[in-house]
Amino acid sequence: MNQIIKTQHLRFEYIREDENEHILVLDNINVQIQKGEFVAILGHNGSGKSTLAKHFNAILLPTEGLVMVDGIDTTQSERLFDIRQKVGMVFQNPDNQIVATIVEEDVAFALENLGVAPSEIRRRVDEALKTVDMYEFREHAPHQLSGGQKQRIAIAGIIAMRPECIVLDEPTAMLDPKGRQEVLKTIMDLNQNEKTTVAIITHYMDEAALADRVIVIDHGKVVMEGKPKEIFSQVEQLKSLGLDVPQVTELCYLLRQQGMPVPVDVITEEECVEVLTQLLQSDIKGD
Amino acid sequence: MIMIKTENLSHIYSAHTPFEKVAIGNINLEIEQGAFVGVIGHTGSGKSTLIQHFNGLLKPTSGKILIDGKDIWENKQQIRQVRFDVGLVFQYPEYQLFEETVYQDIAFGPTNMGLSKEEIHNRVIEAMEFVGLKEKYAKKSPFDLSGGQKRRVAIAGVIAMRPKVLILDEPTAGLDPKGRDQILGQIKEYHKQTKSTVLLVSHSMEDIAKYTQKVLVMNHASVFAYDTVEQIFTKSQEITKMGLSVPQVTKVFYQLHQRGFALENDVYTVKYAANEILKLWNQRGE
Repeated sequence: MNQIIKTQHLRFEYIREDENEHILVLDNINVQIQKGEFVAILGHNGSGKSTLAKHFNAILLPTEGLVMVDGIDTTQSERLFDIRQKVGMVFQNPDNQIVATIVEEDVAFALENLGVAPSEIRRRVDEALKTVDMYEFREHAPHQLSGGQKQRIAIAGIIAMRPECIVLDEPTAMLDPKGRQEVLKTIMDLNQNEKTTVAIITHYMDEAALADRVIVIDHGKVVMEGKPKEIFSQVEQLKSLGLDVPQVTELCYLLRQQGMPVPVDVITEEECVEVLTQLLQSDIKGD
Repeated sequence: MIMIKTENLSHIYSAHTPFEKVAIGNINLEIEQGAFVGVIGHTGSGKSTLIQHFNGLLKPTSGKILIDGKDIWENKQQIRQVRFDVGLVFQYPEYQLFEETVYQDIAFGPTNMGLSKEEIHNRVIEAMEFVGLKEKYAKKSPFDLSGGQKRRVAIAGVIAMRPKVLILDEPTAGLDPKGRDQILGQIKEYHKQTKSTVLLVSHSMEDIAKYTQKVLVMNHASVFAYDTVEQIFTKSQEITKMGLSVPQVTKVFYQLHQRGFALENDVYTVKYAANEILKLWNQRGE
Protein backbone atom coordinates (compact mmCIF):
# COMPACT_ATOMS: atom_id res chain seq x y z
CA MET A 1 0.00 0.00 0.00
CA ASN A 2 1.74 3.11 -1.20
CA GLN A 3 -1.09 5.57 -0.95
CA ILE A 4 -1.71 7.25 2.36
CA ILE A 5 -4.74 9.16 1.07
CA LYS A 6 -7.03 8.32 -1.77
CA THR A 7 -10.38 9.79 -2.75
CA GLN A 8 -12.76 8.21 -5.23
CA HIS A 9 -15.59 10.22 -6.78
CA LEU A 10 -15.69 12.33 -3.64
CA ARG A 11 -18.69 14.62 -3.54
CA PHE A 12 -19.57 16.90 -0.65
CA GLU A 13 -22.54 19.16 -0.27
CA TYR A 14 -24.29 20.87 2.59
CA ILE A 15 -27.73 22.33 3.00
CA ARG A 16 -28.16 25.95 3.98
CA GLU A 17 -30.72 25.84 6.76
CA ASP A 18 -32.68 29.01 6.08
CA GLU A 19 -33.09 28.61 2.36
CA ASN A 20 -33.12 24.83 2.06
CA GLU A 21 -30.55 25.20 -0.66
CA HIS A 22 -28.01 22.51 -1.53
CA ILE A 23 -24.50 23.88 -1.87
CA LEU A 24 -22.12 21.66 -3.80
CA VAL A 25 -18.59 22.14 -2.48
CA LEU A 26 -16.69 19.16 -3.87
CA ASP A 27 -17.61 17.49 -7.11
CA ASN A 28 -16.16 14.15 -8.17
CA ILE A 29 -12.71 14.53 -6.68
CA ASN A 30 -10.23 11.76 -7.41
CA VAL A 31 -6.86 12.40 -5.83
CA GLN A 32 -4.12 10.22 -4.45
CA ILE A 33 -1.30 11.13 -2.14
CA GLN A 34 1.61 8.71 -2.04
CA LYS A 35 3.52 7.92 1.13
CA GLY A 36 6.45 10.28 1.54
CA GLU A 37 5.14 12.77 -0.98
CA PHE A 38 5.02 16.57 -0.56
CA VAL A 39 1.87 17.88 -2.20
CA ALA A 40 0.66 21.48 -2.44
CA ILE A 41 -3.03 22.24 -2.94
CA LEU A 42 -3.88 25.57 -4.56
CA GLY A 43 -7.17 27.29 -5.25
CA HIS A 44 -8.81 30.65 -4.62
CA ASN A 45 -10.89 31.37 -1.50
CA GLY A 46 -14.06 29.34 -1.70
CA SER A 47 -12.69 26.83 -4.22
CA GLY A 48 -13.23 23.94 -1.81
CA LYS A 49 -9.61 23.18 -0.95
CA SER A 50 -10.03 23.41 2.85
CA THR A 51 -13.15 21.27 2.64
CA LEU A 52 -11.12 18.70 0.75
CA ALA A 53 -8.35 18.78 3.37
CA LYS A 54 -10.91 18.19 6.13
CA HIS A 55 -11.86 14.94 4.42
CA PHE A 56 -8.28 13.70 4.78
CA ASN A 57 -8.68 12.89 8.47
CA ALA A 58 -12.43 12.46 8.78
CA ILE A 59 -13.28 15.89 10.14
CA LEU A 60 -15.77 15.86 7.27
CA LEU A 61 -17.27 12.78 5.65
CA PRO A 62 -18.21 12.52 1.97
CA THR A 63 -21.82 12.97 0.85
CA GLU A 64 -21.02 10.51 -1.93
CA GLY A 65 -17.89 8.63 -2.91
CA LEU A 66 -15.06 7.36 -0.80
CA VAL A 67 -12.06 8.62 1.13
CA MET A 68 -9.45 6.05 2.15
CA VAL A 69 -6.73 6.79 4.70
CA ASP A 70 -4.03 4.12 4.56
CA GLY A 71 -6.66 1.68 3.41
CA ILE A 72 -9.29 2.66 5.99
CA ASP A 73 -12.63 4.03 4.80
CA THR A 74 -13.11 7.29 6.76
CA THR A 75 -16.81 6.56 7.34
CA GLN A 76 -15.83 3.70 9.67
CA SER A 77 -16.36 5.63 12.88
CA GLU A 78 -14.82 2.90 15.03
CA ARG A 79 -11.51 3.51 13.24
CA LEU A 80 -11.58 7.28 13.85
CA PHE A 81 -8.69 7.23 16.34
CA ASP A 82 -6.54 5.25 13.90
CA ILE A 83 -7.32 7.69 11.10
CA ARG A 84 -6.57 10.77 13.18
CA GLN A 85 -3.33 9.24 14.36
CA LYS A 86 -2.21 8.51 10.83
CA VAL A 87 -3.14 11.93 9.47
CA GLY A 88 -2.64 15.02 11.63
CA MET A 89 -3.97 18.45 10.80
CA VAL A 90 -2.45 21.89 11.38
CA PHE A 91 -4.63 24.98 10.90
CA GLN A 92 -4.04 28.60 9.96
CA ASN A 93 -4.30 30.29 13.33
CA PRO A 94 -1.84 28.95 15.92
CA ASP A 95 -3.83 30.56 18.75
CA ASN A 96 -6.80 28.31 18.01
CA GLN A 97 -4.72 25.16 18.33
CA ILE A 98 -2.87 25.65 21.57
CA VAL A 99 -4.65 24.40 24.68
CA ALA A 100 -2.12 24.32 27.50
CA THR A 101 -0.32 27.08 29.41
CA ILE A 102 3.15 25.54 29.08
CA VAL A 103 4.69 24.59 25.75
CA GLU A 104 5.64 20.99 26.65
CA GLU A 105 2.25 20.32 28.20
CA ASP A 106 0.62 21.45 25.00
CA VAL A 107 2.74 19.09 22.92
CA ALA A 108 1.88 16.25 25.35
CA PHE A 109 -1.87 16.88 25.21
CA ALA A 110 -2.77 14.44 22.43
CA LEU A 111 -0.44 11.74 23.77
CA GLU A 112 -2.12 11.90 27.18
CA ASN A 113 -5.46 11.45 25.49
CA LEU A 114 -4.14 8.48 23.56
CA GLY A 115 -3.06 6.88 26.87
CA VAL A 116 0.63 6.74 26.03
CA ALA A 117 2.85 5.79 29.01
CA PRO A 118 4.37 8.81 30.86
CA SER A 119 7.99 7.90 30.15
CA GLU A 120 7.16 7.47 26.46
CA ILE A 121 5.32 10.83 26.47
CA ARG A 122 8.42 12.52 27.89
CA ARG A 123 10.58 11.00 25.16
CA ARG A 124 8.24 11.86 22.31
CA VAL A 125 7.60 15.43 23.50
CA ASP A 126 11.33 16.14 23.75
CA GLU A 127 11.90 14.60 20.35
CA ALA A 128 9.06 16.53 18.73
CA LEU A 129 10.22 19.82 20.23
CA LYS A 130 13.75 19.19 19.00
CA THR A 131 12.45 18.39 15.51
CA VAL A 132 10.71 21.78 15.26
CA ASP A 133 13.69 23.46 16.95
CA MET A 134 11.66 24.66 19.96
CA TYR A 135 13.21 22.47 22.68
CA GLU A 136 14.75 25.39 24.54
CA PHE A 137 11.29 26.96 24.84
CA ARG A 138 9.71 23.85 26.40
CA GLU A 139 8.96 25.56 29.71
CA HIS A 140 7.72 28.84 28.23
CA ALA A 141 4.13 30.03 28.11
CA PRO A 142 2.81 29.85 24.52
CA HIS A 143 1.37 33.38 24.59
CA GLN A 144 4.86 34.80 24.94
CA LEU A 145 6.00 33.24 21.69
CA SER A 146 5.90 34.68 18.18
CA GLY A 147 3.40 33.45 15.60
CA GLY A 148 6.00 31.30 13.85
CA GLN A 149 7.09 29.75 17.14
CA LYS A 150 3.48 29.02 18.15
CA GLN A 151 2.81 27.41 14.80
CA ARG A 152 5.87 25.18 15.28
CA ILE A 153 4.49 24.16 18.70
CA ALA A 154 1.23 23.21 17.00
CA ILE A 155 3.22 21.12 14.52
CA ALA A 156 5.17 19.50 17.38
CA GLY A 157 1.86 18.51 19.00
CA ILE A 158 0.95 16.71 15.81
CA ILE A 159 4.30 15.00 15.14
CA ALA A 160 4.44 13.74 18.74
CA MET A 161 1.62 11.43 17.68
CA ARG A 162 3.95 10.11 14.96
CA PRO A 163 1.48 10.53 12.11
CA GLU A 164 2.39 9.25 8.66
CA CYS A 165 0.95 12.33 7.06
CA ILE A 166 0.50 15.97 8.07
CA VAL A 167 -2.10 18.15 6.40
CA LEU A 168 -1.49 21.88 6.83
CA ASP A 169 -4.22 24.37 5.96
CA GLU A 170 -2.51 27.70 5.18
CA PRO A 171 -0.08 27.29 8.07
CA THR A 172 1.86 30.45 7.23
CA ALA A 173 -0.97 32.85 6.33
CA MET A 174 -0.80 34.72 9.63
CA LEU A 175 2.98 34.78 9.97
CA ASP A 176 5.62 37.36 9.09
CA PRO A 177 8.33 36.42 6.56
CA LYS A 178 10.69 35.12 9.24
CA GLY A 179 7.95 33.01 10.82
CA ARG A 180 7.02 31.71 7.40
CA GLN A 181 10.59 30.63 6.71
CA GLU A 182 10.86 28.86 10.09
CA VAL A 183 7.65 26.93 9.57
CA LEU A 184 8.46 26.05 5.96
CA LYS A 185 11.90 24.77 6.92
CA THR A 186 10.31 22.62 9.63
CA ILE A 187 7.86 21.17 7.12
CA MET A 188 10.58 20.49 4.53
CA ASP A 189 12.78 18.80 7.15
CA LEU A 190 9.92 16.59 8.29
CA ASN A 191 9.29 15.51 4.73
CA GLN A 192 12.93 14.95 3.80
CA ASN A 193 14.38 13.57 7.04
CA GLU A 194 11.45 11.90 8.77
CA LYS A 195 9.79 10.86 5.49
CA THR A 196 6.49 12.28 6.70
CA THR A 197 3.94 12.78 3.95
CA VAL A 198 2.97 16.45 3.66
CA ALA A 199 -0.11 18.03 2.10
CA ILE A 200 -0.04 21.82 2.33
CA ILE A 201 -2.76 24.24 1.34
CA THR A 202 -1.31 27.62 0.53
CA HIS A 203 -1.79 30.91 -1.28
CA TYR A 204 1.96 31.42 -1.52
CA MET A 205 3.17 30.27 -4.91
CA ASP A 206 6.81 30.15 -3.81
CA GLU A 207 5.79 27.59 -1.16
CA ALA A 208 3.97 25.50 -3.74
CA ALA A 209 7.05 25.64 -5.98
CA LEU A 210 8.90 23.54 -3.37
CA ALA A 211 6.42 20.64 -3.54
CA ASP A 212 6.78 17.37 -5.46
CA ARG A 213 3.32 17.83 -6.93
CA VAL A 214 0.70 20.56 -7.14
CA ILE A 215 -3.07 20.05 -7.23
CA VAL A 216 -5.23 23.00 -8.29
CA ILE A 217 -8.87 23.09 -7.18
CA ASP A 218 -11.50 25.35 -8.72
CA HIS A 219 -15.24 25.29 -8.05
CA GLY A 220 -14.91 22.00 -6.20
CA LYS A 221 -13.09 20.21 -9.02
CA VAL A 222 -9.48 19.27 -9.67
CA VAL A 223 -8.55 21.42 -12.67
CA MET A 224 -4.78 21.01 -12.81
CA GLU A 225 -2.39 18.46 -11.39
CA GLY A 226 1.32 17.95 -11.95
CA LYS A 227 4.87 18.86 -11.04
CA PRO A 228 5.34 22.51 -10.01
CA LYS A 229 7.22 23.19 -13.24
CA GLU A 230 4.37 21.82 -15.34
CA ILE A 231 1.77 23.81 -13.42
CA PHE A 232 3.54 27.14 -13.15
CA SER A 233 4.58 27.19 -16.79
CA GLN A 234 0.86 27.69 -17.58
CA VAL A 235 0.85 31.32 -16.49
CA GLU A 236 -2.34 32.38 -18.29
CA GLN A 237 -4.43 29.48 -17.07
CA LEU A 238 -3.37 30.02 -13.45
CA LYS A 239 -4.19 33.70 -13.65
CA SER A 240 -7.61 32.94 -15.11
CA LEU A 241 -8.22 30.74 -12.04
CA GLY A 242 -7.51 33.73 -9.77
CA LEU A 243 -4.09 32.37 -8.84
CA ASP A 244 -0.60 33.64 -9.33
CA VAL A 245 2.82 32.33 -10.33
CA PRO A 246 6.13 32.99 -8.56
CA GLN A 247 7.58 36.40 -9.51
CA VAL A 248 10.53 34.85 -11.33
CA THR A 249 8.15 32.75 -13.44
CA GLU A 250 6.23 35.87 -14.37
CA LEU A 251 9.45 37.72 -15.19
CA CYS A 252 10.51 34.94 -17.57
CA TYR A 253 7.02 34.87 -19.06
CA LEU A 254 7.21 38.61 -19.86
CA LEU A 255 10.70 38.23 -21.33
CA ARG A 256 9.57 35.36 -23.52
CA GLN A 257 6.69 37.47 -24.83
CA GLN A 258 9.26 40.06 -25.86
CA GLY A 259 11.20 37.48 -27.83
CA MET A 260 13.90 36.42 -25.40
CA PRO A 261 14.54 32.65 -25.57
CA VAL A 262 13.81 31.99 -21.89
CA PRO A 263 12.56 28.51 -20.88
CA VAL A 264 8.92 28.26 -19.74
CA ASP A 265 9.55 26.37 -16.54
CA VAL A 266 11.69 28.66 -14.39
CA ILE A 267 10.19 28.58 -10.89
CA THR A 268 13.00 29.34 -8.45
CA GLU A 269 15.29 32.31 -7.91
CA GLU A 270 18.44 30.26 -8.50
CA GLU A 271 17.20 28.95 -11.85
CA CYS A 272 16.23 32.45 -12.90
CA VAL A 273 19.66 33.89 -12.07
CA GLU A 274 21.39 31.05 -13.97
CA VAL A 275 19.19 31.34 -17.04
CA LEU A 276 19.57 35.12 -17.26
CA THR A 277 23.33 34.96 -16.66
CA GLN A 278 23.77 32.55 -19.56
CA LEU A 279 21.55 34.49 -21.92
CA LEU A 280 23.05 37.87 -21.14
CA GLN A 281 26.60 36.56 -21.40
CA SER A 282 26.17 35.19 -24.91
CA ASP A 283 27.51 37.75 -27.32
CA ILE A 284 25.90 36.88 -30.61
CA LYS A 285 22.68 38.75 -31.06
CA GLY A 286 19.63 37.05 -32.44
CA ASP A 287 20.45 33.36 -32.24
CA MET B 1 1.88 69.89 4.60
CA ILE B 2 2.58 67.35 7.31
CA MET B 3 -0.35 65.14 8.31
CA ILE B 4 1.26 62.91 10.96
CA LYS B 5 4.15 64.12 13.04
CA THR B 6 5.73 62.48 16.07
CA GLU B 7 8.16 64.14 18.44
CA ASN B 8 10.37 61.85 20.51
CA LEU B 9 7.49 59.41 20.74
CA SER B 10 8.13 56.47 23.07
CA HIS B 11 5.97 53.75 24.50
CA ILE B 12 7.14 51.45 27.25
CA TYR B 13 4.97 48.50 28.28
CA SER B 14 4.90 47.47 31.98
CA ALA B 15 7.25 50.28 32.96
CA HIS B 16 9.05 49.89 36.31
CA THR B 17 8.35 46.15 36.44
CA PRO B 18 10.64 43.22 35.59
CA PHE B 19 8.66 42.88 32.32
CA GLU B 20 9.46 46.40 31.15
CA LYS B 21 9.70 46.52 27.39
CA VAL B 22 10.35 49.43 25.07
CA ALA B 23 7.87 48.90 22.25
CA ILE B 24 8.84 52.09 20.44
CA GLY B 25 11.62 54.43 21.42
CA ASN B 26 12.15 58.03 20.48
CA ILE B 27 10.35 58.10 17.15
CA ASN B 28 10.59 61.30 15.11
CA LEU B 29 8.59 61.03 11.95
CA GLU B 30 6.83 63.31 9.48
CA ILE B 31 4.31 61.84 7.06
CA GLU B 32 3.06 64.21 4.37
CA GLN B 33 -0.61 64.85 3.66
CA GLY B 34 -1.74 62.69 0.74
CA ALA B 35 1.10 60.17 1.00
CA PHE B 36 0.49 56.46 0.39
CA VAL B 37 2.86 54.77 2.80
CA GLY B 38 3.71 51.10 3.22
CA VAL B 39 4.67 50.11 6.76
CA ILE B 40 6.81 47.01 7.27
CA GLY B 41 8.70 45.46 10.14
CA HIS B 42 8.90 41.96 11.62
CA THR B 43 6.70 40.81 14.49
CA GLY B 44 7.68 42.77 17.58
CA SER B 45 9.34 45.60 15.65
CA GLY B 46 6.87 48.10 17.09
CA LYS B 47 4.79 48.82 14.01
CA SER B 48 1.43 47.93 15.58
CA THR B 49 2.26 49.94 18.69
CA LEU B 50 3.18 52.89 16.50
CA ILE B 51 0.00 52.91 14.42
CA GLN B 52 -2.16 52.57 17.51
CA HIS B 53 -0.69 55.87 18.67
CA PHE B 54 -1.83 57.63 15.52
CA ASN B 55 -5.48 57.55 16.50
CA GLY B 56 -5.03 57.70 20.23
CA LEU B 57 -5.71 54.05 21.07
CA LEU B 58 -2.43 54.08 22.93
CA LYS B 59 -1.10 57.05 24.84
CA PRO B 60 2.62 57.75 24.59
CA THR B 61 4.65 57.18 27.74
CA SER B 62 6.64 60.18 26.53
CA GLY B 63 6.69 62.41 23.46
CA LYS B 64 3.97 63.80 21.24
CA ILE B 65 1.83 62.94 18.23
CA LEU B 66 0.51 65.72 16.03
CA ILE B 67 -2.26 65.04 13.53
CA ASP B 68 -2.80 67.83 11.02
CA GLY B 69 -0.71 70.11 13.24
CA LYS B 70 -2.58 69.44 16.48
CA ASP B 71 -1.20 67.60 19.50
CA ILE B 72 -3.85 64.90 19.94
CA TRP B 73 -3.36 64.60 23.70
CA GLU B 74 -3.39 68.33 24.39
CA ASN B 75 -7.06 68.16 25.23
CA LYS B 76 -8.21 64.73 26.39
CA GLN B 77 -11.85 65.48 25.61
CA GLN B 78 -11.02 65.80 21.93
CA ILE B 79 -9.55 62.33 21.53
CA ARG B 80 -12.88 61.08 20.16
CA GLN B 81 -12.52 63.45 17.23
CA VAL B 82 -9.06 61.96 16.51
CA ARG B 83 -10.67 58.53 16.10
CA PHE B 84 -12.89 60.00 13.36
CA ASP B 85 -9.96 61.75 11.68
CA VAL B 86 -7.68 58.74 11.73
CA GLY B 87 -9.50 55.56 10.71
CA LEU B 88 -7.87 52.28 11.70
CA VAL B 89 -8.76 48.97 10.07
CA PHE B 90 -7.43 46.13 12.20
CA GLN B 91 -6.17 42.74 11.11
CA TYR B 92 -8.99 40.33 10.30
CA PRO B 93 -11.55 43.15 10.68
CA GLU B 94 -14.35 40.82 9.59
CA TYR B 95 -14.47 39.51 13.17
CA GLN B 96 -15.59 42.94 14.32
CA LEU B 97 -18.84 43.08 12.37
CA PHE B 98 -21.87 43.00 14.64
CA GLU B 99 -24.89 44.72 13.09
CA GLU B 100 -27.93 43.07 11.55
CA THR B 101 -27.34 44.36 8.06
CA VAL B 102 -24.36 45.41 6.01
CA TYR B 103 -25.86 48.90 5.71
CA GLN B 104 -26.20 49.32 9.47
CA ASP B 105 -22.70 48.07 10.08
CA ILE B 106 -21.15 50.56 7.66
CA ALA B 107 -23.39 53.34 9.05
CA PHE B 108 -22.21 52.74 12.63
CA GLY B 109 -19.24 55.13 12.50
CA PRO B 110 -21.02 58.00 10.70
CA THR B 111 -24.01 57.61 13.06
CA ASN B 112 -21.74 58.06 16.04
CA MET B 113 -20.36 61.18 14.44
CA GLY B 114 -23.85 62.65 14.76
CA LEU B 115 -24.39 63.17 11.03
CA SER B 116 -27.79 63.65 9.39
CA LYS B 117 -29.61 60.62 8.01
CA GLU B 118 -29.12 61.81 4.47
CA GLU B 119 -25.40 62.38 4.93
CA ILE B 120 -25.03 58.95 6.52
CA HIS B 121 -26.80 57.41 3.55
CA ASN B 122 -24.54 59.15 1.05
CA ARG B 123 -21.46 58.03 2.90
CA VAL B 124 -22.57 54.40 3.18
CA ILE B 125 -23.28 54.25 -0.55
CA GLU B 126 -19.96 55.93 -1.36
CA ALA B 127 -18.02 53.60 0.93
CA MET B 128 -19.68 50.54 -0.57
CA GLU B 129 -18.65 51.73 -4.02
CA PHE B 130 -15.05 52.23 -2.95
CA VAL B 131 -14.74 48.65 -1.73
CA GLY B 132 -16.67 47.19 -4.65
CA LEU B 133 -19.75 45.99 -2.74
CA LYS B 134 -22.87 45.97 -4.90
CA GLU B 135 -25.96 47.69 -3.50
CA LYS B 136 -27.85 44.42 -3.23
CA TYR B 137 -25.65 43.50 -0.27
CA ALA B 138 -26.85 46.46 1.80
CA LYS B 139 -29.81 44.60 3.31
CA LYS B 140 -28.02 41.30 3.84
CA SER B 141 -26.71 40.12 7.17
CA PRO B 142 -22.92 40.55 7.18
CA PHE B 143 -22.67 37.03 8.59
CA ASP B 144 -24.06 35.53 5.39
CA LEU B 145 -21.21 36.91 3.30
CA SER B 146 -17.94 35.27 2.32
CA GLY B 147 -14.75 36.15 4.21
CA GLY B 148 -13.54 38.51 1.50
CA GLN B 149 -16.87 40.35 1.35
CA LYS B 150 -17.03 40.67 5.15
CA ARG B 151 -13.63 42.26 5.07
CA ARG B 152 -14.86 44.79 2.50
CA VAL B 153 -17.78 45.67 4.78
CA ALA B 154 -15.38 46.29 7.66
CA ILE B 155 -13.14 48.51 5.52
CA ALA B 156 -16.18 50.39 4.20
CA GLY B 157 -17.25 51.08 7.78
CA VAL B 158 -14.05 53.00 8.37
CA ILE B 159 -14.01 54.72 4.97
CA ALA B 160 -17.58 55.95 5.62
CA MET B 161 -16.21 58.23 8.34
CA ARG B 162 -14.17 59.98 5.62
CA PRO B 163 -11.05 59.99 7.77
CA LYS B 164 -8.13 62.27 6.90
CA VAL B 165 -5.86 59.29 7.46
CA LEU B 166 -6.76 55.69 6.67
CA ILE B 167 -4.59 53.02 8.29
CA LEU B 168 -4.99 49.37 7.29
CA ASP B 169 -3.23 46.63 9.25
CA GLU B 170 -2.61 43.74 6.85
CA PRO B 171 -5.86 44.06 4.93
CA THR B 172 -5.04 41.11 2.67
CA ALA B 173 -3.93 38.48 5.21
CA GLY B 174 -5.45 35.13 4.28
CA LEU B 175 -6.88 36.28 0.94
CA ASP B 176 -6.11 34.54 -2.33
CA PRO B 177 -4.01 36.38 -4.97
CA LYS B 178 -7.06 37.67 -6.84
CA GLY B 179 -8.82 38.91 -3.70
CA ARG B 180 -5.58 40.52 -2.58
CA ASP B 181 -5.11 42.41 -5.86
CA GLN B 182 -8.75 43.54 -5.84
CA ILE B 183 -8.67 44.97 -2.33
CA LEU B 184 -5.29 46.64 -2.83
CA GLY B 185 -6.45 48.04 -6.18
CA GLN B 186 -9.53 49.52 -4.50
CA ILE B 187 -7.44 51.06 -1.73
CA LYS B 188 -5.18 52.60 -4.35
CA GLU B 189 -8.18 54.02 -6.19
CA TYR B 190 -9.55 55.35 -2.89
CA HIS B 191 -6.25 57.08 -2.28
CA LYS B 192 -6.25 58.57 -5.77
CA GLN B 193 -9.81 59.88 -5.57
CA THR B 194 -9.88 61.18 -2.00
CA LYS B 195 -6.27 62.40 -1.95
CA SER B 196 -6.20 61.40 1.71
CA THR B 197 -3.25 59.94 3.57
CA VAL B 198 -3.15 56.13 3.54
CA LEU B 199 -0.93 53.81 5.59
CA LEU B 200 -0.77 50.17 4.61
CA VAL B 201 0.82 47.74 7.05
CA SER B 202 1.97 44.60 5.25
CA HIS B 203 4.42 41.73 5.49
CA SER B 204 4.51 41.55 1.73
CA MET B 205 7.23 43.63 0.15
CA GLU B 206 5.76 42.68 -3.23
CA ASP B 207 2.50 44.41 -2.35
CA ILE B 208 4.20 47.43 -0.84
CA ALA B 209 6.39 47.76 -3.92
CA LYS B 210 3.44 47.51 -6.24
CA TYR B 211 1.04 49.89 -4.54
CA THR B 212 2.65 52.43 -2.25
CA GLN B 213 4.87 55.47 -2.86
CA LYS B 214 6.84 55.57 0.36
CA VAL B 215 7.93 52.94 2.84
CA LEU B 216 8.36 53.11 6.59
CA VAL B 217 10.59 50.30 7.86
CA MET B 218 10.40 49.60 11.59
CA ASN B 219 13.12 47.62 13.33
CA HIS B 220 13.84 47.07 17.04
CA ALA B 221 11.36 49.68 18.26
CA SER B 222 12.72 52.44 16.01
CA VAL B 223 12.41 53.73 12.49
CA PHE B 224 15.04 52.05 10.31
CA ALA B 225 14.11 54.10 7.26
CA TYR B 226 11.35 56.26 5.85
CA ASP B 227 11.91 56.85 2.17
CA THR B 228 10.67 56.33 -1.36
CA VAL B 229 10.15 52.76 -2.56
CA GLU B 230 13.17 53.02 -4.91
CA GLN B 231 15.51 54.14 -2.14
CA ILE B 232 14.28 51.46 0.25
CA PHE B 233 15.01 48.69 -2.22
CA THR B 234 18.62 49.75 -2.63
CA LYS B 235 18.89 48.55 0.99
CA SER B 236 17.56 45.10 0.20
CA GLN B 237 20.46 43.32 1.89
CA GLU B 238 19.93 45.09 5.20
CA ILE B 239 16.19 44.53 5.00
CA THR B 240 16.69 40.82 4.43
CA LYS B 241 18.94 40.65 7.50
CA MET B 242 16.11 42.12 9.60
CA GLY B 243 14.04 39.02 8.89
CA LEU B 244 11.94 40.74 6.24
CA SER B 245 11.75 39.45 2.74
CA VAL B 246 12.31 41.46 -0.39
CA PRO B 247 10.56 40.57 -3.66
CA GLN B 248 12.00 37.65 -5.63
CA VAL B 249 12.94 39.91 -8.55
CA THR B 250 14.87 42.21 -6.22
CA LYS B 251 16.92 39.23 -5.06
CA VAL B 252 17.50 38.08 -8.63
CA PHE B 253 18.67 41.54 -9.66
CA TYR B 254 20.95 41.78 -6.66
CA GLN B 255 22.62 38.52 -7.66
CA LEU B 256 22.93 39.55 -11.31
CA HIS B 257 24.41 42.84 -10.15
CA GLN B 258 26.93 40.89 -8.04
CA ARG B 259 27.87 38.89 -11.14
CA GLY B 260 28.88 42.09 -12.84
CA PHE B 261 25.90 42.86 -15.07
CA ALA B 262 25.15 46.54 -15.56
CA LEU B 263 21.76 46.39 -13.86
CA GLU B 264 20.23 48.65 -11.25
CA ASN B 265 19.81 47.15 -7.80
CA ASP B 266 16.66 49.05 -6.89
CA VAL B 267 14.36 46.82 -8.92
CA TYR B 268 11.18 45.69 -7.20
CA THR B 269 8.40 45.16 -9.71
CA VAL B 270 8.26 42.44 -12.34
CA LYS B 271 7.46 44.84 -15.19
CA TYR B 272 10.36 47.14 -14.40
CA ALA B 273 12.63 44.11 -14.07
CA ALA B 274 11.58 42.79 -17.48
CA ASN B 275 12.28 46.16 -19.10
CA GLU B 276 15.74 46.38 -17.55
CA ILE B 277 16.67 42.88 -18.73
CA LEU B 278 15.37 43.58 -22.24
CA LYS B 279 17.44 46.78 -22.47
CA LEU B 280 20.55 44.80 -21.64
CA TRP B 281 19.57 41.98 -24.00
CA ASN B 282 19.08 44.39 -26.88
CA GLN B 283 22.44 46.06 -26.23
CA ARG B 284 24.37 42.84 -26.63
CA GLY B 285 26.83 42.75 -29.49
CA GLU B 286 26.46 46.45 -30.20
